[in-house]
Order: sequence, then structure tokens, then C-alpha cells
Amino acid sequence: MSAITVDKLSVELDHVPVLREVSCAVKAAGWLALIGPNGAGKTTLLRAVAGLLPHRGTIQVGHADLGALRGRGRARLIAYVPQAPVLPPDMTVEEYVLLGRTPHLGYLGSLSRRDRDRAAEAAERLDVARFASRRLGSLSGGERRRVLLARALAQEPGVLLLDEPTSDLDIGHQQQVLELVDDLRRSRGVTVLSTLHDLTQASQYAGELALLHAGRIEAAGPATAVLTEEVITRVYAARVTVTTGPGGHPVVTPVRESPAS
Amino acid sequence: MSGPWHPRRLRSARAYGVAVAFLVAATLVSALVGAADLNPLATIAALADKIPFVHLPSGLSSLDRAVLFQIRLPRVVLAALVGGLLAVAGAGYQGVFRNPLVDSGMLGASAGAGLGATLAIAYFSGSHGPGPAAVPVAAFAGSLAGVAIAYLAGAVGGSGTATLLLAGVAVGLFLAGVQTFILQRSTQDLQQVYYWLLGSLSGATWQQAAEIGPYAAVSVAIVLLHGRHLDVLSVGDEEARALGLHPGRVRLIVIAACALAAASAVAVSGLIGFVGIVVPHVVRRLAGTSYRLVLPLSLLAGAAFLELADTLARTIVSPAELPIGVVTALVGSPVFVWILRSTAAVRT
Repeated sequence: MSAITVDKLSVELDHVPVLREVSCAVKAAGWLALIGPNGAGKTTLLRAVAGLLPHRGTIQVGHADLGALRGRGRARLIAYVPQAPVLPPDMTVEEYVLLGRTPHLGYLGSLSRRDRDRAAEAAERLDVARFASRRLGSLSGGERRRVLLARALAQEPGVLLLDEPTSDLDIGHQQQVLELVDDLRRSRGVTVLSTLHDLTQASQYAGELALLHAGRIEAAGPATAVLTEEVITRVYAARVTVTTGPGGHPVVTPVRESPAS
Repeated sequence: MSGPWHPRRLRSARAYGVAVAFLVAATLVSALVGAADLNPLATIAALADKIPFVHLPSGLSSLDRAVLFQIRLPRVVLAALVGGLLAVAGAGYQGVFRNPLVDSGMLGASAGAGLGATLAIAYFSGSHGPGPAAVPVAAFAGSLAGVAIAYLAGAVGGSGTATLLLAGVAVGLFLAGVQTFILQRSTQDLQQVYYWLLGSLSGATWQQAAEIGPYAAVSVAIVLLHGRHLDVLSVGDEEARALGLHPGRVRLIVIAACALAAASAVAVSGLIGFVGIVVPHVVRRLAGTSYRLVLPLSLLAGAAFLELADTLARTIVSPAELPIGVVTALVGSPVFVWILRSTAAVRT
């Protein structure tokens, strides 16, 4: 169980400030969804928490300060799945999931039986074991997402960082993947920090939302507090109505003014 | 527990079996075929006699024995060493650069070796210098220097692999330019340099094999130990870092080891192209893409491939010899085109 605490995080990319003193927190085994318009800094925040970007401010994962963790130690704690990961087309699903064991191996170590068992469990868990010998290039979008999650799960991380985990999926597969993530969170106590484009889905799956705008947190808290018509209209420059769905979650519906005929 | 999640020992054992059999067969063919007709059975018996605890009377004459052990075998062993080194270096570079078309001579290695050899031939091989012995040393040093310059020029600020490759091209062109300039000024050496550039294993001796042996052993061991790291690198630098790997460090180690392997080969054989591309590619086709398997299999298959290429080089136009670079290029170029076409087909 590893909570995440981000305090006054600032990141510059190519000398342009992308995040300005962002502070947010995710409870252990919680799910925080980062929302916000394109270019708000969501992916940058994820990459910083993954330890992939130089930054100012502090990031705490579990009891450890991210700055004090090096390479393998960090990777045993944090699994990161980018929005458009590199999937070598000729690599098999099995080989790819096994890459998740990398942080658990010494520099010249090789895969033990235990490593293979862990990878096999992760593959079973996400129902990709039955096509273990297929090549990555032959997978459908939904299969690819499950394989990515299996690799991340094989890492046995305390924290799962997911960048737009549903962006290339149809609505059914979107729900399937989000359910799987939520299931991992509940059953394994994995803490989830993800970006999500779909505001209604964010409200349904994530316990808390953080709305980023131009590198700052504009609003944060439970969905009902963040997803208001006023805030969405202002931040996204969009026309929406917000209603309450069957589960009590806010439902964001785009609105089109009737076109002049 | 069985199933695909546990080492597919059968599959990799079969791949190793095929590669070893190919190497043994290539070695026998190379040892048996040549200008002097050696009795095949007697030759095999003489070879088997050298295996510890095996004693076989061969019936080879002392002249035949001298041909076999002092002329033909050193050449076969050197061909195997050079072929294995070039193939491993090529496969290692391909992993580092995530690009199947990178060869062991890229990154300024071939151009550096060519310049080194040209300098040695033009300025040190006369009556006033250390003689022909300087050529391998100069080629070795030039090859390593070429890679070092390319690495220093291209590895600025943790930039990507493309920058490094382009820097290698630029450094290679520059060094080739210097080489041409030197040749222009000493045209009497043209033929000797040209012959060296095409590569040859004629005049191979046990001493040459012994001289490059230590470099070969160290460089190959280092590259082979990094197969798993190259597999991780194949998902890109950022994700490799997220998996706890240090891509820049792995790249530096593997490039240095590959450069040492290629330089050792070039020192005794001159420039032999295409082995580093063709062999790993064929291995990948047959045994999958994991570098844990591609690297050792390339070593074995590269050794066998160059033994056979050298056998062709010294027999096709016998009693004359073809430069071995001509043979590997004649085989390699069509395969190169085939690679280009088949990879293009995958992308569309």
C-alpha cells in the first residue's frame, strides 16, 4: 500500500514551465484521475511521478522520497504505462510481460522460476495468457491494453501510473479495462494515478479527481465537487450540462446550441 | 508447471543444436576443401585425434598434416573468430540502436579502420617503418578511435539514438575523406590499400588468432551478458527507464564491447561487410527476436557463415583468391534488399 503525495511540483520542458507548484495526493489503494484540457500538464505530472523528469518540489511514494530512489528501487514501486507505448511488433506477449520483471533482477541476473510464475499470474489475471505466444503486432486495441496492464502488474508495483488507458478503445473495451484497473486496486491494494479524457468515466471510476489547467490544479476532490458546469465551461471552453447519473455520479453531456437554419 | 511461461527450453535447445551443427559442418567442409586434396576420412581422424582422450591413427602424410594444421586450420579458426565477432557486434549494435540495418562497421568503425590501415601502409610499411606488422595495430586503433569520436560527437545531452547514428555517418564520411586524400598523395599504395579494404584471411596464422583471442573473449562475453538489457531497450528509452534500466549506461557498455569486437576482427581480416547484418537477421527470422537468443546464435552462425564464405573465396577462382569481402557482399547485398522489402511490407 503506497500513498502518493506531490508537493509544490514544478517541471520545465525545453525551458517552458509546464507544471507550476502543483500539489495533490492519492490515498493508498485510492484512484486519482487527472483531468483537464489538452496541454494542461497531465502527462507531465504522470511522468514526473514515474521519476522520468527533472523537477522541483517533492514527490513521496509510500514512505520513500522519489528523489532518493534510484532506477530499480523506483521501478519496483511504480509501474508506468504511457499513452502510446512502444510495442516491438515481433516480440511475443510472453516476452513482453516478462519485461515487467526487470526491476526485480540484478544487473546481470536472469529470470528465475519465481519471476516466470509472477509474470504468468499477471497474464492469467488479465486474461492474456491464452495468447502468450502471439506477436504484439497482431493484437487488437483491447488485447494490447490488457497486455500492457499485465506487464505493469508483473512488476508487482504499489503504484500504477496510467496515461489515457482507454484512449484507443471502443466504449465496451473502455469499460472492461477500467473495471480491470479498479479490480486490481481493490484486490491488490494498488494505488492508481491516471489521466482520463472522458469526464463521466473519470467520475464513475476514480474516487477523486484533480482538474489541471495551464500547469496548475484548478479544482480537486470528489467528482461532485470538481465536475460543475461552471468549472468545465471555464476551463475547457466547452458547452455542457452536468446531471446526476444512476449511481449518483455526475454525468457530463456536451450540448450543441441549435444551429441557425 | 509447464506451458509457455516456463523456459521454452526445447525451442532454444533446438536452435542451439542447429547452430552448433551448422558450425561443425562448416568447419569440416572448410577443413576438407582446398587446393591440396586431403583424404576426408584421414583428415577427420586427424582432427578427432586432437580431441582430448581420443587417439586415432589418421594416416595423413607429414606434408598433409602440415597443410592441415599450419595452413588450413588457422585460417578456418580465424574465419570463425572474425565471423562470430562481426555477427555479434552487428546484433549488439542493432539492439542498441533498435534498427535491424545497423552493421558492425557503422559509427565510424570501418572508416576509422580504413584510415588507420591506409596511414600504416602509406607511411610505415616502407623500409623505414615497422613494416606490415603496423597495419593490424593501426586498423584496430583506427576502428576504436572512429567509434569513440562518433560517440563523443553524437551522445550530447542524452539525445536519442538517431543523433548517434547520424554522427557516426558524419564521422565516417570525414574519415573516409581523409583516407582518400592520403591515397591521392601516395598512389603507389593504392593496390595494397584496396586489397586490404576488401578483406582477406589469406596468410592466417595461429599467432593472429592468439593475438585477437583475449579481445574477442572479453568483448563477446560483455555483449552476451547484455541480451536481456537489449530486450528491455527495445521498448524505448523512457519505458526502459521506467523499468529501472539506465539506457545511456547500457548503450555505452554495449557499444564499447561491440566496437572492441569489430576492431579485433578488422585487425586480422580487413573490412568484411554484411556479416553483421545478414547473420543476425537470418537468426531473428528463425529463432525470434529476443536478444538473449539472437546474440549467442549470431556468434555461432556468424562463425559458420564466414568459414563457408572464406572457403568459397579461396576455391572459386583457385589457384587465385577472391577477397572475402566480395563473397560476403555478393551474398549480403541481395539479402539486404530482401530485408528492406520485407520490413517495408510489414509497415504498410
